[in-house]
Formats: sequence, C-alpha cells, structure tokens
Amino acid sequence: MDFMALDLEPFLISFKLAGITTLILFIIAMPISWWLSQTQCRCKPFVEAVTSLPIVLPPSVLGFYILFALSQNSPIGAFFEETFGIKLVFNFTGLVIASVFYSFPFMVQPLQGGFESLNKNMLEASYIAGKSKFQTLWRVALPNIKPAVLTALIVTFAHTVGEFGVVLMVGGSIPGETKVASVAIYEFVEVMDYSQAHVYSIIMLVMSFVVLLGVYMFNQRHNKRIGIR
Amino acid sequence: MVSINIHKTLLGSVGQMDLDIDITVNEHAFVALAGQSGSGKTTLLRILAGLEKAEGVITVSEDVWQKNSTVLAPQKRGIGFVFQEYALFANMSVQENLLYVTNDQDLAKHLLEMTDLYALRDRLPATLSGGQKQRVSLCRAMMNRPKLLLMDEPLSALDPAMRTKLQHDILKLHKEFGTTTIMVSHDPSEIYRLADRVIVLDQGKVIQDGTPKEVLLKTQGSQKFSLTGELLDIVKADVIHIAVVAIGQQIVEVVLDADEAASFVIGERVQVSTKAFSPSLSKLKA
Repeated sequence: MDFMALDLEPFLISFKLAGITTLILFIIAMPISWWLSQTQCRCKPFVEAVTSLPIVLPPSVLGFYILFALSQNSPIGAFFEETFGIKLVFNFTGLVIASVFYSFPFMVQPLQGGFESLNKNMLEASYIAGKSKFQTLWRVALPNIKPAVLTALIVTFAHTVGEFGVVLMVGGSIPGETKVASVAIYEFVEVMDYSQAHVYSIIMLVMSFVVLLGVYMFNQRHNKRIGIR
Repeated sequence: MVSINIHKTLLGSVGQMDLDIDITVNEHAFVALAGQSGSGKTTLLRILAGLEKAEGVITVSEDVWQKNSTVLAPQKRGIGFVFQEYALFANMSVQENLLYVTNDQDLAKHLLEMTDLYALRDRLPATLSGGQKQRVSLCRAMMNRPKLLLMDEPLSALDPAMRTKLQHDILKLHKEFGTTTIMVSHDPSEIYRLADRVIVLDQGKVIQDGTPKEVLLKTQGSQKFSLTGELLDIVKADVIHIAVVAIGQQIVEVVLDADEAASFVIGERVQVSTKAFSPSLSKLKA
C-alpha cells in the first residue's frame, strides 16, 4: 500500500467541517452554558433536557428530522432556496448545520460544568468591584476554566470528526463535498477494500489519542497552577 | 450615615425565619455583627452588598440603595467586601487582583506595602498562605476607596497569630480610609479590639445593640468576674465534687458540693464567676 497515493480529501473535509462547527458552537454555546450555570429558573431542567437530546437520540433520528426540516419541500428549506439560492441539504452547508445540532451538548456540557465549578464568591467579588457580567465572564470566569474550555473545544471537534450517521443522511456521500473520513471508511469496508479501511482507521485512532492525551496533560498542568488538585 | 430597614423571609435549618432589621449606623463607625450561625448575619451583609434581594429601604448618606422595587446593582454601590474564604481571582497575581478593581498603581502599591505584601505582588493566590490571601482580599476591597466596608468572618479561618496581624491591618485601613465598617465576627476579643458597636442577632432579630463593653462583659449584680463555658465532666473526689469546665481553649476546675453537683447536667453551658475574691492576674511566661 502506497501512502503517497492516499486520498486525503475525506480527512480534509472532516477537519474543515469540525473546525467550522466548533467555532460556531463556541459562540452559540457560551452564553447558553453561562446562563444555565447561573440561573435558578424553573425552566432550567427543560432547557438542559433539550440541549442534551443529541447525546441519546439515534443519529438517524436526528438526521431524519434535519433532513425533513431543511429539504426543499419544507418551509425553511424552500425559504432559503428561493431567497438566497442556497440548498441546505446534500451539500457542505447542510453538513455544518447538522453537525451544529449533533455536537451541541458536547460544547455546552463541559462549559456549563466549568462555570458551575467556579467559586460563586469570586464572581460576586467581581460584580462588587463594579464589573459587568460580560467583563466577569471574559476576565474572571473563562480564564479560570481553561481546562473546561479546552475540553469543550476538543471534544466537540473530535466528536464532529467522528460523526457518521447524521452526515451520511444529511450529506449523502458526495466525493469532495460531503464525503468525510468516517463515511469513506464505511465505503471501503462495503467494497471489501480492507487495506484502505485499515489505513484510514489507524490514522483516526492515533490522531484521536494524541489529541486527548494533549488535553489531559494540559488540564493537569493548569489545575496545579491555580491550586486545584 | 447608613440606614437599614429591611425584611426577608429565610428558609433556615430550623424552618422558616423572618429577618427583620431596622438599624442606623453612623459614618466611620466600626460595627461588629454577632450571633449564632443561622441568625441572618451573612444574609444581612449580602443584602447590603446587593447580592441578595429583600424588601425594605437602604440608604447610605444621601444615596438610596434600595427602596420599593428599585434596587441598586452591586456594581454601583462602590463597596468593599471581604469574604470568609478570600474569593481571590485565581488567574491573577496579587497585584492584578487589586488593579482589576481600579487601575490605580499608586494605591495598589500603598496598600500592599501597608500590609507587607509588596514582595509577593507577582505571586498567584494558590501559592499564598491563608493569612496572606486574606490580606490580599482586604487590600482588594479597599481599591475603590469604599464608603462601606463589609466583612464576613474574615479571620475565622486563620490561626491566632495571623488574626492579630490582620486585626491590626483592618483597624489601620478602617482609620486611614475613613470607611464605615460592618464585620461579622464570633470572637469576643476581636470584637472588643476592633469594634465600637456590637449588634447581636438571633433568629433574624436584633437582640442586643451596644458598645462591646456593654454587650460582652457578662457580669451580673455584684459579680465582677465571670466566664461562660461548657461543663465537660463532674468528678467525685472524697466528699467533694470537681466540675471540669472548658472556657474557650482552656480547661478549669471548680469545686462543687454534692447538691450542686446533682443540679448540673454534663454538656450544659455554665457560668464561672466569683465575687468574694478578686481573681489575680499575672503575665504569661513567653
């Protein structure tokens, strides 16, 4: 097997998709997880249940609903197609939208856990010092939960790289557009090209391990520095 | 002048409790808030800081902090607050903790020098001792030159030597900045040393309000010497009984007759007093 002949495009699409999804989710999930960590609203369990749904739902269910909601036959899909000329399914845009839903809890939960672990008095000390909620979030809360932020970013990225069912349903498997690495492996196995499947799989395995090892090593160092065991 | 007239229903360990406070505090006063845990001291402090909601009116000098539905946010009260567990910003150095409040380098330097912390200015809070952390917290609270300084048992987690140092620092800062200070404290010697007024709360109500001397010296009638403690044991020795009493960190023995011995229950709070003899006072050997 010649490594030079390896088609890297599915990997590139996977990483592009994961990168864009992670960035979008970081921006969307930050205020929601902050709110969840601070609120005493009775609606909190409801919001938590909704945000956690993608963890327990079979990816095919999520994929089916996204397909149903965004296809040309749906009001949303029709609106985007007529107004902006954008199709929302079976292309890269559709993959991003689906991944944002699919990976949402993997961004929200570590951030929320991080915010909840913060000393409440420390945040109050910042308010008393005259600082707004936003300043407190940016200068006190986030710097003190760096491990949680890193975990959220990496796990979201990794989870998006690793998704399979949703991308297959919403994206199809269009080479160079929506054929990501996990789908490519599935297709190699389907045509019994085990040597290609092996190479793709071992690349995924090694990269995942190295990334996670890096995260845990960083977390250990950070916690020592700010005095958490 | 700080005028406080507030009401709040709390859910305490013994069920529902009403916090009803109506007091005024003179400018530059140093008030100690005492009382058993769960009596509402911390809640009162947090209401003053704007961290908790309550009904009623709070005015400070000419400013209304709370009246009817208008409540001034904690950000706009310009107070200093010292938490029991320091609550320092763990990601910032000692100096950055101070400058986060107000970017006034000179004031920060002055405060750190006053409290012997200047050499530690670049250290992170995790590398400091409890006493050092609490001094940083105290300096941080002074950074916006507060009219009102609130402290919630600032010294209770510290050892006795460090307490004395901190008490000294607190008094120095209180005088130099001319703050009105309200401090929650359980320690009579600390209250006596620092405060010019003691307010004792019980079940959310003020039960005593006066100078430390009036409130803390628990002598009655002709008794001139009186201590309260816990009865640990009653030991029979020949015809007499000896009561073992814990007073603060000390254990003392008092002689009882049989009838007296029968009237006490071990574990009960007792008062040790004398009027016939004047207790003698001698210096402790170092």
